[in-house]
Amino acid sequence: MGLLREMYYIVLGILEMLGATGLFLIHLIRYTPQALRRPSLIFQQVFNIGAMSLVLIMVSGLFVGMVLGLQGYNTLSKYASTAALGTLVALSLLRELGPVITALLYSGRAGTALTSEIGLMKATEQLGGMEMMAVDPVRRIVVPRFIAGVISMPLLVGIFNAVGLLGGYLVGVKLMHVDMGSFWAQIHTHVDLREDFMSGFIKSIVFGIATTLIAVFEGYYAQPTAEGVSRATTRTVVNSALAVLALDYLLTAVMF
Amino acid sequence: MASDAHKNNANVIEITGLRYRRGEKHIFDGLNVEIPRGKVTAIMGPSGTGKTTLLRIMTGQALPDRGRVIVDGKNVPHLSTDELFELRKQMGFLFQNGALFTDYSVFENVAFPLREHTRLPESLIRHIVLMKLQAVGLRGAFNLMPAELSGGMARRVALARAIALDPKIIFYDEPFTGLDPISMGVIVRLIRVLNDSLGLTSIIVSHDVEEVSSVSDQSYLISDGKVVAYGTPKELEENKSAWVRQFMKGLSDGPVPFHYPAPDIGVQLLDGESN
Repeated sequence: MGLLREMYYIVLGILEMLGATGLFLIHLIRYTPQALRRPSLIFQQVFNIGAMSLVLIMVSGLFVGMVLGLQGYNTLSKYASTAALGTLVALSLLRELGPVITALLYSGRAGTALTSEIGLMKATEQLGGMEMMAVDPVRRIVVPRFIAGVISMPLLVGIFNAVGLLGGYLVGVKLMHVDMGSFWAQIHTHVDLREDFMSGFIKSIVFGIATTLIAVFEGYYAQPTAEGVSRATTRTVVNSALAVLALDYLLTAVMF
Repeated sequence: MASDAHKNNANVIEITGLRYRRGEKHIFDGLNVEIPRGKVTAIMGPSGTGKTTLLRIMTGQALPDRGRVIVDGKNVPHLSTDELFELRKQMGFLFQNGALFTDYSVFENVAFPLREHTRLPESLIRHIVLMKLQAVGLRGAFNLMPAELSGGMARRVALARAIALDPKIIFYDEPFTGLDPISMGVIVRLIRVLNDSLGLTSIIVSHDVEEVSSVSDQSYLISDGKVVAYGTPKELEENKSAWVRQFMKGLSDGPVPFHYPAPDIGVQLLDGESN
């Protein structure tokens, strides 16, 4: 009975969190049109969230692409079909690895920064101070960051994919001497704009919404103490990773 | 009706029958407070009596369980968020730690409410900000970051920010805590000067008897959720009540015992299991 009761409370806790996050999302979306009228606040955050993640995303993309090139070459060479290497690298990146790995890296780099920034602003009464100046911190602080995150994610995924392809090209063509013409021609023939590119794009937007929402939610509702903020930051990474992987399965099942 | 109108005009804030509970504990039970317009009013009491909570209720940051909280003619607990924000534009609030935005310079901190609530041109904002900083004596520090300020300076910057929109009422939450004597003197002087020159109504929450007595026109003494005494600093000084005397003179023992309620010391020491 004890175990059953414990499970009941765990499930209840998860549902409660999902509900609270959902309500927060509705709240954010409601204020989005208003926030769009002050684009400078959003651009500033696109810089903080997106541009500051660029180096991490590009370096990771390069290595992931290189590994794909190497592994793909080794496997394909067994079947004497190394000409298909370009397709393998491109499809792996566009459909799965690009959006998923970028989202995981993003939640570690930008998500944690968002959570701790908002959490610390709360702990140091900066959000309370803002409310006392008749400025709603959700509208002024949270919504611009949320929009910036949703804008940044597809851009970061695009850059990750491009650099990843370059990595695959370097290993496949320059190192393993796959024919350059067939490498690119295969990509050109087999990658479908709607099926592959768009599905990856949709994934990146969904992941952008999910990871940024979790980050700002955890920050805004963090316990206003040092320990509370550190716990919230941890939850951001853990919950984002779980959300991204679960959503990835759902979206893959629906779209392919 | 006429007397009502007159009463409203004389008092900026009227609190009647306030009841506020946190968990099982009654913080306020039937509290009545009136804050007259244009005066410096202090709310004093020992730590943990809910002085700051009272400020939070007056400014709509906390909701009372019962009672009327009339601020500038409006019943605060019944206001919508937008109405509350509209009222708060008339209020300045000085947090204990200043609550400055750590990523903004002193100038941007003071400019913040102006940028959020007005569409003034940049040149005018610059003039207003520098004038407000001049009023608190920190015009020269306009391009410093909050981390570069001392505690007293940070509080003065926060004060400049609180008066940026020319409020009618200004709330000070423990303005003297943790300041050196010089900074303390500066804040005491600023509270008085700003109140009189800008025609404000000031409300100070504090337990620093000496500083408060030097600046306030009248004080409320609050304990156990009720007003224990009310009057000018001189009246409170001469108050006969043992509790008021203990508080005003800072005596360690009296109606408020030195010891927190505890079982008999012999029993507790001999009983190893007891906490």
